[in-house]
Amino acid sequence: MSRERSFQILRTGVSMVIATLVAFAIILLVSETPMESIKTFIVGPFTSGRYLGNIVEVTIPLIFSGLAMAVLFQTSLFNLGAEGIFFLSGAVGSLIAIWAPLPAFIHPFAAIIVGAITGIAVMFIPGVLKAKFGASELVTSLMLNNILLGVGCYILNNVMRDANVSSLVSLKFAETALLSKLIPGTKVHTGLLIVIGAVVAVYIFLYKSKWGYELRMTGINIEFAKYSGINIVKVIILAHVIAGILAGTGGVVENLGMHKRFEWTALPGYGFDGAMIATLAGNNPIGVVGAALFVAYLRIGADLVNRFSDIPTEMISILQCVIILLISAERFLHKYKQKWVEKEAK
Amino acid sequence: MHNYILRMENITKIYNNGIVANKNVNFSLKEGEIHALVGENGAGKTTLMQILFGMEKPSSGQIFLNEKEIQLSTSKEAIRHGIGMVHQHFMLVESFTVAQNIILGMEPKLGLAINESQAAAYTKELGEKYNFEIDPNAVTGILPVGIKQKVEILKALARGAKILILDEPTAVLAPQETEQLFKELIHLKEQGHTIIFISHKIREVKRISDRVTVMRGGICEGTWETADKTEQEISRKIVGFELNTDLEKKETDLKEARIRVSHIDYHDKESVSILKNVSFSVHGGMILGVAGIQGNGQAELIELMTKGRKLQSGNIEINGRDIQKLSMKQLRDTGFGYIPEDRIRQGIAKDGTITENIISNEYNKKNFCGRGMLRRKKCNRFADEQIKSYEIKCSGKSHKTGMLSGGNMQKVVVARECNASPKVLIAEQPTRGVDLGAAHIIHKQLLKMRDEGCAILLVSADLNEIMKLSDAIIVIYEGEIVAYYPDISSVSEEQLGLYMLGIERHDDEMIKGVI
Repeated sequence: MSRERSFQILRTGVSMVIATLVAFAIILLVSETPMESIKTFIVGPFTSGRYLGNIVEVTIPLIFSGLAMAVLFQTSLFNLGAEGIFFLSGAVGSLIAIWAPLPAFIHPFAAIIVGAITGIAVMFIPGVLKAKFGASELVTSLMLNNILLGVGCYILNNVMRDANVSSLVSLKFAETALLSKLIPGTKVHTGLLIVIGAVVAVYIFLYKSKWGYELRMTGINIEFAKYSGINIVKVIILAHVIAGILAGTGGVVENLGMHKRFEWTALPGYGFDGAMIATLAGNNPIGVVGAALFVAYLRIGADLVNRFSDIPTEMISILQCVIILLISAERFLHKYKQKWVEKEAK
Repeated sequence: MHNYILRMENITKIYNNGIVANKNVNFSLKEGEIHALVGENGAGKTTLMQILFGMEKPSSGQIFLNEKEIQLSTSKEAIRHGIGMVHQHFMLVESFTVAQNIILGMEPKLGLAINESQAAAYTKELGEKYNFEIDPNAVTGILPVGIKQKVEILKALARGAKILILDEPTAVLAPQETEQLFKELIHLKEQGHTIIFISHKIREVKRISDRVTVMRGGICEGTWETADKTEQEISRKIVGFELNTDLEKKETDLKEARIRVSHIDYHDKESVSILKNVSFSVHGGMILGVAGIQGNGQAELIELMTKGRKLQSGNIEINGRDIQKLSMKQLRDTGFGYIPEDRIRQGIAKDGTITENIISNEYNKKNFCGRGMLRRKKCNRFADEQIKSYEIKCSGKSHKTGMLSGGNMQKVVVARECNASPKVLIAEQPTRGVDLGAAHIIHKQLLKMRDEGCAILLVSADLNEIMKLSDAIIVIYEGEIVAYYPDISSVSEEQLGLYMLGIERHDDEMIKGVI
């Protein structure tokens, strides 16, 4: 392993530890029974199969969005549109899940494919604008998120709202459309298999295929890519399309696996989580799995603390900010890296 | 040791990418001498001087000025101690006048405004004091390189520099300008200034310096009185062994014209004319050298030929195809290689491994790729072979290319561009910043390709390189071809210099010979 890589891993690890310490500090300040709370926070998620199941459930959509962001980031594209795609693809997939008269095995796949196509269609907009006209994908994708929210809400309100329920939710999904449970006693669903497949596929795509090579080289140095004869217009659009597929699939899988109806009325936040997870993972698809598990573990821990003690879940938001801050700070631990390098050079 | 104005002791500098640029270097200066600091590129000369000028912090070591230890953590402090530096790449505000550049940061005031007339008068006075002919009111951007350099030197002197560091001052100059510079340096020395002259041209070192310090691989090889050493002795110290740089040049048969450039006119956004009616052709089996002082349109010409810019008028054909109608990939598929001047910007992907960098022009060809998947084994084997045959110094094929030294990065670029056995190769400053050994490998490779029938266009600021490799030479001055030598055996560097400076010009009939 190169020195650079091991330093990155070390830095990420230290960031996580510091973030956890910050969490302790906050618990100490807020809680009446700090030791109890800390114990719940750290050990709680491991105390029952159901909680472990919860971690896996939360991890699934996080991996989807983390993968989508990793593909974009590896191409040096800062597109945060996964957020809106999760929402819209979830809504569009729900239409299929509610009304398409399909047999059990095919039904969820049809919904997922439609969701993925929705993701591609949406990502084409910032992708083409960037590739052809150089429009900032950050700006276009962020603005697009709000539009997608509006479109999704329109579909929910006017097309599939269940009038018999007082809250704003869709009609029930057809039984055939639901993703079946994988592990008894938990809500872990077959989406887990799909996401594992996605991780492997993205890994092979990025590191083994020529398209992944084109994409990574463009991300490292776009001038070099052009000079080498790589068609960067194609590459930029391709990266967007793949991210669209991943985010769209994630949106549908989350709905069909975890819910009986489409219940989102606001952006679910997975897109932004994905950006954090991809950063934590150094944009490596395998790393995304670890990062998503870590974030999910923190969330479940926080959830338990919230339920069984006197600490609010908001604490976790603070925690996440600290992690991101520490990891994105290039200079963090820089002095130690310098010393280390000097020692090795001598 | 009381007669040393400056001593640097046990200086060690390790960059955070692990490169040891200086290792326990000792360096001392006597007052009023011209001290040459020589060594190959990457030997650590520039790093040592950047430490002296407060731009880099040494990892360890001490600096004594007049036997008092000083700490230099910024250039400002170095300037305060009377140390001035003229960089290889000029640090001038191009849109300012000469006087404005000189007084920048120490402006004479007239109320709240800058006293422009006083600034001009001061500049003029300064120029006269040091025998520099210079117009204080000229806009810096349009001045020739030689004059810009004078402005840089004056800028340092105006800030009270007693010790003047010149980083490869002659690299950008024509032979005649170099002469002029040397006269001025000797004049400065007579006035009591101490000059550090960085160079890797031994002839110049021998001519101008009193003492010489040789560096190799970050280590100081020693300091001698220049007069005591012959050119051969110095060069042996620099390389560390006897380097046989003789190249064998075979007779070859000329093939058809593979590059045809016709009637290129080009102007920039401000409609300043950059290239004027440039036409030439290069045949298979020959190297056409393009000589000229930097900034006379060579860079733009190459960008036009490599699809970095859009043609405005004229026509460029490579391998019989109009390049405007081709994408970069299609152009490369005709058998086209390009060694770019700026390897960091274009030539490599720094965060990519050597393997990834070395296959970038052929990754989608059959031998490296099947059914959309890269053939990892073949790619790796190819990278291993190239690392061996080009003697690329690295920990292996997975070494990040950006962590290699400049010379080794360049070998990666050359290996890649030459391996595809192109029918046309454009080599732009192929050995800039490359050590002598590596340069020799690259030169041999270029000649080998020529012998195999490749058409090579060689653009270089290094006249020596052009003379050594080319079969024919054109000289570019202010965007025009001003000379064409179909046979280089009769040409001398001094002669080329006259054309490079625009003093002389071949008649049109002669120049048409290259079309």
